[in-house]
Amino acid sequence: MKRILILGATSAVARAVAGAFAGQGDQLFLGARNPAELDRIQADLRVRFGVPVDTGFLEAGDVESHPAFIQQALTSLGGLDVVVFAIGLLGEQPEASHHPAQALDLIRINFGSAVSLLAPLANFLESRQKGAIVGISSVAGDRARQSKYVYDAAKGGLSLYLQGLRNRLEPSGVRVYTVKPGFVDTSMTYGLPGLFLVAQPDQVARWIVKMVEKNSGVYYMPWFWKWIMLIIKLIPEFIFKKMKM
Amino acid sequence: MSGFLESELSGWGLYPRTSARTYRPERMSRVGAILGSPAEPHWLARGLGRSYGDAALNQGGAVLLTQRLDCFLDFNLDSGELVAEPGVSFDRIIELVLPRGWFLPVTPGTKFVTLGGAIACDVHGKNHHQDGSLGNHVQWLDLLLADGSEVRCSSHQNGDLFWATIGGMGLTGIILRACLNLKKVESAYIRVDYLRTRNLDETLRHLEEEDDQYTYSVAWVDCVAGGQKLGRGVLMRGNPCPLIGLPKNVANAPLLVKNRALASIPFHLPSGLLNRHSCRLMNAVYYRRFKQGHSSALEHYDPYFYPLDMLENWNRGYGKRGFLQHQCVLPDNDPTEGLRKILEAISQSHFGSTLVVLKRFGGGNRFLSFPRPGYTLALDFPMSGPAMLDFLDSLDRIVMEAGGRIYLAKDARLKPEYCPPMYPQLADWLEIKQRVDPDNRFTSDLARRLGLLGAKP
Repeated sequence: MKRILILGATSAVARAVAGAFAGQGDQLFLGARNPAELDRIQADLRVRFGVPVDTGFLEAGDVESHPAFIQQALTSLGGLDVVVFAIGLLGEQPEASHHPAQALDLIRINFGSAVSLLAPLANFLESRQKGAIVGISSVAGDRARQSKYVYDAAKGGLSLYLQGLRNRLEPSGVRVYTVKPGFVDTSMTYGLPGLFLVAQPDQVARWIVKMVEKNSGVYYMPWFWKWIMLIIKLIPEFIFKKMKM
Repeated sequence: MSGFLESELSGWGLYPRTSARTYRPERMSRVGAILGSPAEPHWLARGLGRSYGDAALNQGGAVLLTQRLDCFLDFNLDSGELVAEPGVSFDRIIELVLPRGWFLPVTPGTKFVTLGGAIACDVHGKNHHQDGSLGNHVQWLDLLLADGSEVRCSSHQNGDLFWATIGGMGLTGIILRACLNLKKVESAYIRVDYLRTRNLDETLRHLEEEDDQYTYSVAWVDCVAGGQKLGRGVLMRGNPCPLIGLPKNVANAPLLVKNRALASIPFHLPSGLLNRHSCRLMNAVYYRRFKQGHSSALEHYDPYFYPLDMLENWNRGYGKRGFLQHQCVLPDNDPTEGLRKILEAISQSHFGSTLVVLKRFGGGNRFLSFPRPGYTLALDFPMSGPAMLDFLDSLDRIVMEAGGRIYLAKDARLKPEYCPPMYPQLADWLEIKQRVDPDNRFTSDLARRLGLLGAKP
């Protein structure tokens, strides 16, 4: 039985990941900012899998509150084996483009919270010489588009941060995974135009649970996004800058 | 955050199709805000879309998909009380509860229905003559009303609203969660007795006289046979198999869950493939599968309750034009006359019904709930055009004359003037509806077509 901490536990992907771990009998601690949603997800996991599930209030943007949250989670779990960073907010780009405060909020939630939460957890795992850190980034972090570049920049920052963390923790035996999902069928994407090759949250969750048994690294989900993004990254900037995406 | 999708929707019968803006919340706490949106005056909740006609359609309005509101909230292993959100499907309920010795108290012929939808249609199953319909096993439900308030309803608390919601076709509000009383079982198996009958009298006599010996009872009727053979069929009646009755080969896994489909129809087959000729052939072959008189078998719940679930998307077998189901109930006083007329009309017409199921109902529930004491007959017809609609209308008249009614969850084409006589408590129901939803925020294509909401649109 592993001890799993899920940060941002009320999204569809996070809920599916929690279910996939609970399905193997793992113990869970769920952090999110909406207590009512945490309650229903906790109840569902307990009823379906009969595993210990605890929850805590976590406000991604409120960095000051993070140390207390982490203390609560580690105490409740009695240690830690896997942390899944699943906080993500797409936000509204038009507003973010013109209101720096909103853009900064998006950066703080999508990227800043990862730094604030994962740094102490990385130290904790490093001191124990084992464990895994899963960061759910996005293919959006591979190249920024005019339509969503604040989100893209935050996800890009997150991907780089995880890369550095992986490099640092490799000698300690702590594995760091960067997950880059393509389009996933969740409320974040529901009704958006131009979606293709959409994955289901349950699929992504199964891949993530399998992934943490494998070597650390970058995992595109589904795998073919690696090649799609490779092509997109290969487009020369003098062409890309004129594209409407 | 949560956007909408402009979607073309249909029921399981693929007829009719209309479009609506679909919303699919994942957070229960968002539901109130989404429904309160001033941009959307008209709403309807939709589960897995397994009602046949236009009950889960809301043309030009908004449809709230409950698929992602699918948390199990509580399951008491001792009492068998299950609390869940509306989007939880019956196949997932079985997966959860059967290994622990519980089963659905009532189930329709497919497990791919949601709890919310099943309550809104007050679905019945093969055990209706013994156990009533689903509503009789709902301990309570939480309903989100048009004004944004949330009320708990049960037969003791807000009883009128509770019964107006049971079978209320989603028109009283949104079911947010419900508590279901499950049925205790020792195994996943049913001991089924088959009885092949020679005519309608024999079919009805056995149902009438022996139904009290069986928890589950249903008859398949050969709708092609006429004359002396009219109404011949196969009775499939069974009881839950206790642990000690299980043969060795299954006794090591008595509560086995088997929910997987065996095959799928990946695209629409040509319309017209299921016609009276193929239909005649299927009926004849099926009838001959059973030997005359009694036979018996141990069946797993999945093929017994859900034979059609084996073939995913079987509705595509009817082609793009879809199909119509005509399900009526004829009251107990003298059902023979009406049944004979309907079966004669079918066997004499050039319309073959691809499926004919006959079953005896027990007592009914209030307001718009379909079941009432009598015989229910379900018929499937390919949607072949206006002549088919006229033919079904002629069947409706037989049903009317016999004092029966049509099942709204299956309907796509009943004429509105037939509705008040078929549902004499419609006016009482409407009073409750208008009390909790004076502006008709909850509506559907079915409600508009049948004028269920009174004078207002």
